[in-house]
Amino acid sequence: MSEESKDLAKVADSRYSEHEYEAGLRVIHEDAVADPGLEPHRVRMTDKSEKHEKNAVRQVTALFVLSMLGSAFALFAYFAFPIELGNMGSVRLNTLFLGLGITLGLLGIGIGAVHWAKTLMPDNEVSEERHLTRGSDEKRAAAIEIINLANQESGFSRRKLIRRTLYGALAFFPLPGLIIFGDLGPNVNEKLRHTAWKKGTRLARDPNGRAIKASDVTVGSVFHVIPEGLMPEDEGYLEAKAKAAVLLVRVDPSELIETEERASWSYQGIVAYSKICTHVGCPVALYEQHTHHLLCPCHQSTFDLVDGCKVVFGPATRPLPQLPITVDSEGYLIAQSDFHEPVGPSFWDRSVK
Amino acid sequence: MRRSPMALGIVLFAGLLAVGTGYSAVNAAVSPKSSTQHSAEEVALGKKLFLANCASCHGKNAEGTENAPSLIGVGEASVDFQVSTGRMPGAASGPQLQVKPVQFTEEQISALAAYVGSLGDGPAVPDKAYLQPNGDINNGGELFRINCAMCHNAAGAGGALTQGKYAPNLMGSSGKTIYEAMLTGPQNMPVFNDENITPKEKNDIITYLSYLQKNKSVGGDELGNLGPVVEGLLAWLGLLGLIVAITVWLGAKSN
Amino acid sequence: MSNASATPQKNGFLAGTANYVDERVGVAGILKEFGRKIFPDHWSFMLGEVALYSFLVLLLSGTFLTFFFDPSMAETVYQGAYAPLKGAHMSVAYSSSLDISFEVRGGLLMRQVHHWSALLFVAAAGLHMLRVFFTGAFRKPRELNWVVGFVLFVLGMAAGFTGYSLPDDLLSGNGLRIIDGMMKGIPYIGTSVSAGLFGGEFPGTNIVGRLYSLHIMLVPALILVFLALHLFMLVIHKHTHYSGPGKKDTNVVGYPLMPVYVAKAGGFFFIVFGVIMLIATFFTINPIWNYGGYDPSPVSAGTQPDWYIGWLDGALRLAPTGIEFMVGDYTVSTNILLPLVVSLVFLAAVAIYPFIENWVTGDKREHHVLDRPRNAPTRTAIGAAGVTFYAVLWAGASTDLIATNFKMSLNQVLVSMQISLIVLPFVAFYVTKRLCLSLQRKDREVAIHGRESGRIVRLPHGEYIEVHEPLDPHDLYKLVDFKDYKPTLARPNAQGKITFGSRVRASLSKFYFEDRISPATQTEIDEAAHHNHEIEAEVKKAIEASN
Repeated sequence: MSEESKDLAKVADSRYSEHEYEAGLRVIHEDAVADPGLEPHRVRMTDKSEKHEKNAVRQVTALFVLSMLGSAFALFAYFAFPIELGNMGSVRLNTLFLGLGITLGLLGIGIGAVHWAKTLMPDNEVSEERHLTRGSDEKRAAAIEIINLANQESGFSRRKLIRRTLYGALAFFPLPGLIIFGDLGPNVNEKLRHTAWKKGTRLARDPNGRAIKASDVTVGSVFHVIPEGLMPEDEGYLEAKAKAAVLLVRVDPSELIETEERASWSYQGIVAYSKICTHVGCPVALYEQHTHHLLCPCHQSTFDLVDGCKVVFGPATRPLPQLPITVDSEGYLIAQSDFHEPVGPSFWDRSVK
Repeated sequence: MRRSPMALGIVLFAGLLAVGTGYSAVNAAVSPKSSTQHSAEEVALGKKLFLANCASCHGKNAEGTENAPSLIGVGEASVDFQVSTGRMPGAASGPQLQVKPVQFTEEQISALAAYVGSLGDGPAVPDKAYLQPNGDINNGGELFRINCAMCHNAAGAGGALTQGKYAPNLMGSSGKTIYEAMLTGPQNMPVFNDENITPKEKNDIITYLSYLQKNKSVGGDELGNLGPVVEGLLAWLGLLGLIVAITVWLGAKSN
Repeated sequence: MSNASATPQKNGFLAGTANYVDERVGVAGILKEFGRKIFPDHWSFMLGEVALYSFLVLLLSGTFLTFFFDPSMAETVYQGAYAPLKGAHMSVAYSSSLDISFEVRGGLLMRQVHHWSALLFVAAAGLHMLRVFFTGAFRKPRELNWVVGFVLFVLGMAAGFTGYSLPDDLLSGNGLRIIDGMMKGIPYIGTSVSAGLFGGEFPGTNIVGRLYSLHIMLVPALILVFLALHLFMLVIHKHTHYSGPGKKDTNVVGYPLMPVYVAKAGGFFFIVFGVIMLIATFFTINPIWNYGGYDPSPVSAGTQPDWYIGWLDGALRLAPTGIEFMVGDYTVSTNILLPLVVSLVFLAAVAIYPFIENWVTGDKREHHVLDRPRNAPTRTAIGAAGVTFYAVLWAGASTDLIATNFKMSLNQVLVSMQISLIVLPFVAFYVTKRLCLSLQRKDREVAIHGRESGRIVRLPHGEYIEVHEPLDPHDLYKLVDFKDYKPTLARPNAQGKITFGSRVRASLSKFYFEDRISPATQTEIDEAAHHNHEIEAEVKKAIEASN
């Protein structure tokens, strides 16, 4: 570095003068204002007047007494305000009085101690010298000597083969420690591609599982749907629901914009779409009857129900997968098959067959 | 033993009676009709009120205009809901009707409802029996969370819809209002007809909401039940703010 | 072998104990070394303590909770004290959380203390970091301590996230669902990472137990280790102090540890604990009973994480529509990766900032005197821009609440925030820098010309002047004692080549120090004083003449 960008500044202080540190881009003004030294000590009332001092003592004492009262009250409240199971009022009283007592017990000590320090303990500012963080040259020399000695005696630098094989051993030994986490979870890639919906599965109300007839679904209705037969007691209930939850809505058939392929997926204006958001998986549950938009409350992705649930706002990209439905002989709504694509958030190879 | 000639008649009559009452019992469970019948005077009063207050937007015969939809077939429940919550008569501005001071007496509202109800079949004002908080509270809570919480918030505090619309706070709503809203699907709220959420289930939901309305949180102030956002604000402004104020006192020199 | 029996009887016990301990542990040396250590006294130095004390409160209240909480995700039917959920299917974890809230005396209180304390811990740590940043306390020798502190902040977020997901309620469960979705979006390994965390398909029956292990064991242990490092370095470096008369880089001015700091800092622990207890007594936090146990079908309006995760949720919400794209048959979830990358870059920038500033200034000396933010205008402006960026992301997480409560359109709120995210940091930078420079100019004015006294005097030739009072030397020193830097030019190295690094450094130094206000020097003050004397003499003459 050239001289101009190197402003060496020596401080006339013995601790620093051993080492000259570069001040970099610092500008040192020769005619800087001199340091007038510490400000004179301002005497407090409690130092000047005995009456004030006595007052302060009384205040601190009172605060500590208040603390004791508070803690004692908390002990009392624990027994005096027990919880009567099912009685919510008793829970509130217990919480309130226990909390108040403990608060007083704590604040009394805290405010008392601080007040004691501020008013009665000496408040003269003191200056203490700092040492450079680095070790002195002697210390450094001693440290270097020790390291060199250790190196010599162990032969670490000299014995290349030992050193290199040690590095190898140290590099390898943690690996089994990582690999044993391999059974944290089975691969789910296959499972993500299928849901509990199959050909002929009846659409049922969430959570009680009653099957839904096409005639139940009037224009402007929204039903929250699960496959019939899925019961809370079943193993894997939540996992199945997390993929199979469906929204069932009826719109005026003339409003539906359908591709040729999907014209058979709806039934007289009744459409069924996956409820699991294609962004990061929250339930897309808000249905606006007149705009026929579906809004996800987590990140506000908005889907247009009459246009294949394509995304009209928000961070999602893919439309919600549609469940092809029809009715069975008794008029109940049934799925024609599983979804034609994996539901829920995107993953790397979701489109790979 | 010889059969009486009336036996067949009696059997038939009993059978018809059984089927008839059975059918209306089932039907009543599916769509309860209000027990009040409306007199001709009431309907006439309703028509007068309608022409004075509603026809300018909804049309002379409630057929709808470009400003407001047709009311034929919306049912008494719709009218009762909209007018008794003050949403109607509607102010034209904004993406959504606002709740305003109610402009009519109960008799007037009943008359309006009777008139509009007479124009076409639609959902009736619910039976008082379903409006009491005496249902299955657990079932009500579960149904509320699945069908309602996504718009109205898990504690009924209300929530946002798109483009300036919103689902209102439910903590001040009566059982009747809640029932009618579910039944009629006002504005962008979907319709929860009696096949979707049965009257008994609607009653369960009302029971649950009633509990929330009457029982404030045992943990202290609910902070509007708006969740972590408000809690975070209080933590910064209230909790940390108070503590910083104390540190300023702590670090200041005594007088 | 001497003992304390030679001392007077009434000190016998205390002296005896002290002797016993010293003979086994050598406390006398420790007391000698640290007993009168000097700590500077300023309220802004206590923010780190607030974080430390709230961490202690977390440990205490958390231990209590572990005695009652059961992290099992096994199905159960609730038969407890909260009527609206009687008969509901839920996990044991959720059920035990309800039991703590409604059946254990002090249970709800401790739950609320724990959660409020967690919010305070990260908030105080964040505010402390801001104080350290804006006063330049991260400069040598404290760069490593800045990194340790940064790690502590991230660990705090991790502790909070794992913690509030433990009750397995609808709100936090949806948060886990979002994490699952985000992980799945990672290219190639996404589904494996998600399956690994959840033990299979979401939600599985492992996650709460695993988060529990992290929350009560691994994360607190890491926090304690890094805390120890943090405090160890604080002791080695000693605390910084603000500039002022008598305060130099070579000393530390304040009060001794014993008794003043033991009383103040010790008392402060009770105050922090007491204030947390006060808030926890009167304000509900995380009313899990309203949400119900986690189910992937229902969701509540206003689904947000705790505040310190808010900026990440906001980043997800502010991502533009439709940026996910396909590469052949493979899906690149840019709508998730972009927020992730932006967040990581932001964190990295925060972590390495001291090293950047170090490199630009080339100042290798130790700094123990703090900067007033105005005296480092570019650094302060960068900080303001960073805070603004973070704040917009944070606000982005509450778009729906803003829309409902201020009667605005959700969509308009979001779009405004997307624009603000890009524009506002630049605005904040510019405005802050100009503000700092103005304040510096004002300080210079006051230093050189003295304070405006409010006395207006009309001179004989008709001029009106306001008489200025010269500053007391102590106040004056506070205004002029700050470090001044100037930019450099790119210089050729020993081989005569101007490296790319040298060019970058030169332009960064220009960015930092081109606009600068130098501190007032003694020469300038003397000149002004001389000029002042002349005016004063004139004023005096005029007054005498009029009498």
